[in-house]
Amino acid sequence: MAKNNTLKLKFDSSRKLAPAPESKSVANIAERYELFINGKFEKPSSKKYFKTINPATEEHLSLLAEANQADVNKAVKAARTAYEKGWKKTAPKERAKYIYRIARIIQERARELAVIETLDGGKPIRESRDFDVPTAANHFFYYAGWADKLEYAFPNRNPQPLGVAGQIIPWNFPLLMAAWKIAPALATGNTVVLKPAETTSLTALKLAEIIQEADLPPGVVNIITGAGATGAAMVNHPDINKIAFTGSTDVGKIIQRAIAGTPKKATLELGGKAANIIFDDAPLDQAVEGIINGIFFNQGHVCCAGSRLFVQESVYKVVLQKLKDRMESLIVGDPIDKNTDIGAINSKQQLAVINKYIKIGQQEGANMFQSSCALPGKGFYCMPTIFTNVAQSNRIAQEEIFGPVLAIQTFRTDDEVIEKANNTAFGLSAGVWTDKGSKIFNMTSKLKAGVIWANTYNKFDPTSPFGGYKESGFGREGGLHGLGAYLKV
Amino acid sequence: MSKRIEVLKTYKIYIGGQFPRTESGRTYVAKNTKGESLANVCLSSRKDVRDAVGSARSAFGGWSGRAAFNRGQILYRIAEMLEGRKAQFIDELIKQGATKIAAENEVSLSIDRLIYYSGWCDKYQQIFSAVNPVASSHFNFSVLEPMGVVTAIAPQENALIGLVSLIAPIIAGGNTCVILASSSKPLSSVTFAEVLNSSDLPGGVVNILTGKVPELLPFLADHMDVNAVCYTGTDAASQKMIKENASLNVKRVVLYDNHKWLTESAQSPYFISDFQEVKTTWHPIENIGGAKAGY
Repeated sequence: MAKNNTLKLKFDSSRKLAPAPESKSVANIAERYELFINGKFEKPSSKKYFKTINPATEEHLSLLAEANQADVNKAVKAARTAYEKGWKKTAPKERAKYIYRIARIIQERARELAVIETLDGGKPIRESRDFDVPTAANHFFYYAGWADKLEYAFPNRNPQPLGVAGQIIPWNFPLLMAAWKIAPALATGNTVVLKPAETTSLTALKLAEIIQEADLPPGVVNIITGAGATGAAMVNHPDINKIAFTGSTDVGKIIQRAIAGTPKKATLELGGKAANIIFDDAPLDQAVEGIINGIFFNQGHVCCAGSRLFVQESVYKVVLQKLKDRMESLIVGDPIDKNTDIGAINSKQQLAVINKYIKIGQQEGANMFQSSCALPGKGFYCMPTIFTNVAQSNRIAQEEIFGPVLAIQTFRTDDEVIEKANNTAFGLSAGVWTDKGSKIFNMTSKLKAGVIWANTYNKFDPTSPFGGYKESGFGREGGLHGLGAYLKV
Repeated sequence: MSKRIEVLKTYKIYIGGQFPRTESGRTYVAKNTKGESLANVCLSSRKDVRDAVGSARSAFGGWSGRAAFNRGQILYRIAEMLEGRKAQFIDELIKQGATKIAAENEVSLSIDRLIYYSGWCDKYQQIFSAVNPVASSHFNFSVLEPMGVVTAIAPQENALIGLVSLIAPIIAGGNTCVILASSSKPLSSVTFAEVLNSSDLPGGVVNILTGKVPELLPFLADHMDVNAVCYTGTDAASQKMIKENASLNVKRVVLYDNHKWLTESAQSPYFISDFQEVKTTWHPIENIGGAKAGY
């Protein structure tokens, strides 16, 4: 084993930063939100409302309408009418201008959206401000430009819209996922019924306001809130042409089965258990940053999180020590604080799932290390956690945890790590760290995953297609390839 | 001199580059349109499906790793072999009920279709790939990769051109496959396996079974080591069952209903991309400040 002669990076974790909370005054949250149907906010026929809270403090934020079957029917009807009567006949270049407007208003109201995203979902304000909101705006901007250029994307074809798209999105990137779904659907001439996740609906409802402000014709986008039953009503609705779902593999399989007897098309963006592979010739300090970003970005609530770390044996000790040192410097706490690295777990239920897996990892005989920071007294928080001495068959190495929990294994040869990395039902993403170009291409061509980051991790861009192999789902979102999901080609 | 007795061919299935009989030992009688029996044909079983999928999986790494140019050469070779045995195929199609003109047309089209996809092998990637202009300092590109093992049910009519029109784009893109031949017209499919077997195509890349669609369809759709399933029939209940079984491991389902296999609309690079995944790769670009203009 090589000696650890490298200098230890000093993160100076004893240094205490003064609190730097972002102002909440820009966050204009109503006491109650209705359903956005046909361009108006309407009371739910269920007459029921549910609470949404701030997971960082457990404080009540607002009441949200619960859409039942009748509400789903209404929203789909509005989308169908808007499609048949207007949207599909709207000149593509005019369609584009509406989408550009949405992008611009998101940019204008960026701070407000970022603060609400953090309050409602628990992600650090630094991430919602610097990543989620700008990337959402860019996504609308990118797809707006495609609206009048579609025939160039599919040579020798005359692409046509599908009709009404039913879109169900998760709670980890609420506004961004809404953008990923709505922008390409509108650019390709479809109309939309979108359901945000029940714990993180506020920015989607703010987006509904923005859509009103952009003067999009009524019914082109409908946003309805609710939990699983609302989503099921959408999936089973006979007048929806396309289901776009991002969420767990279990629910994805249920959806694929549920629409089996129908002509509905589907895009499924499901779970992952990505391998992040560190070779001994990698720039180790950068690789450690990549490991941290891979598993602790957004509290690990990321389908493409680098949740399985593979370190080449010869550098294992060094990497592990550097990783632990770096973990000690992470600031876990109130997400509204601009210094916070790791915010709140999205919900009490998700915290219970993560804690369950932490227990399983210990019971399976893996060694646990957690950073020694203090957690706030209220709210849902989880210590950054890594497990060593993990076996390939361990549940913490096979199942998606969706939290800040990393399973670490070692390897000796390229072939061994390719086999271990591919030995999973998932295939969403992977990471490779090495200074050798030919090795990068060997690895990236053999790893069975839809997105591969070489010497980087967790990067996203509107122009870059995203989506999985195998049980991580099918279809792509983003880039030219994301258009195909919403067109008859 | 007594009259020479013709030697009749035993029609067997094609798995892993071999011609075994079905492990079940069962056969059925293939008949022509007049109801006269043509041959005893293997009635493949679930176990044969499993063996064929195993062979296809073993062959996948090697086949998908071949250079695109090499795959093109092998598809061309398949066409050459088919051209050389044209008369035999015309004869079999006529036995299966086609008129002479229709049989000649179908065989010629099948050869041409193989040539068509042979040419695409090293070109479709350039049509469907992309360099994505991301806003950050990264080089980012998307390429197509084969899905893996594909199961497919060949059309019942146009047994030869239908079979060829499925196999060619699937393997041109680097996949391996298990195909269930037309039950009513299986002869030309088994003979096509002989063409494949003499064309430098590695064993296991294409596996051809004969048997009954209703019996084997559920297994072709629910096998957990299959990546995609392709169905060419129009039966709504079968389509539903395929999609339901496919959901067990999130298989990709490709439905080609009512395709006119004898027309040019049944060939395009989109038949290749139907069985491809998009893989996107990111790498940072070194960005050192102070770069001067005039490089």
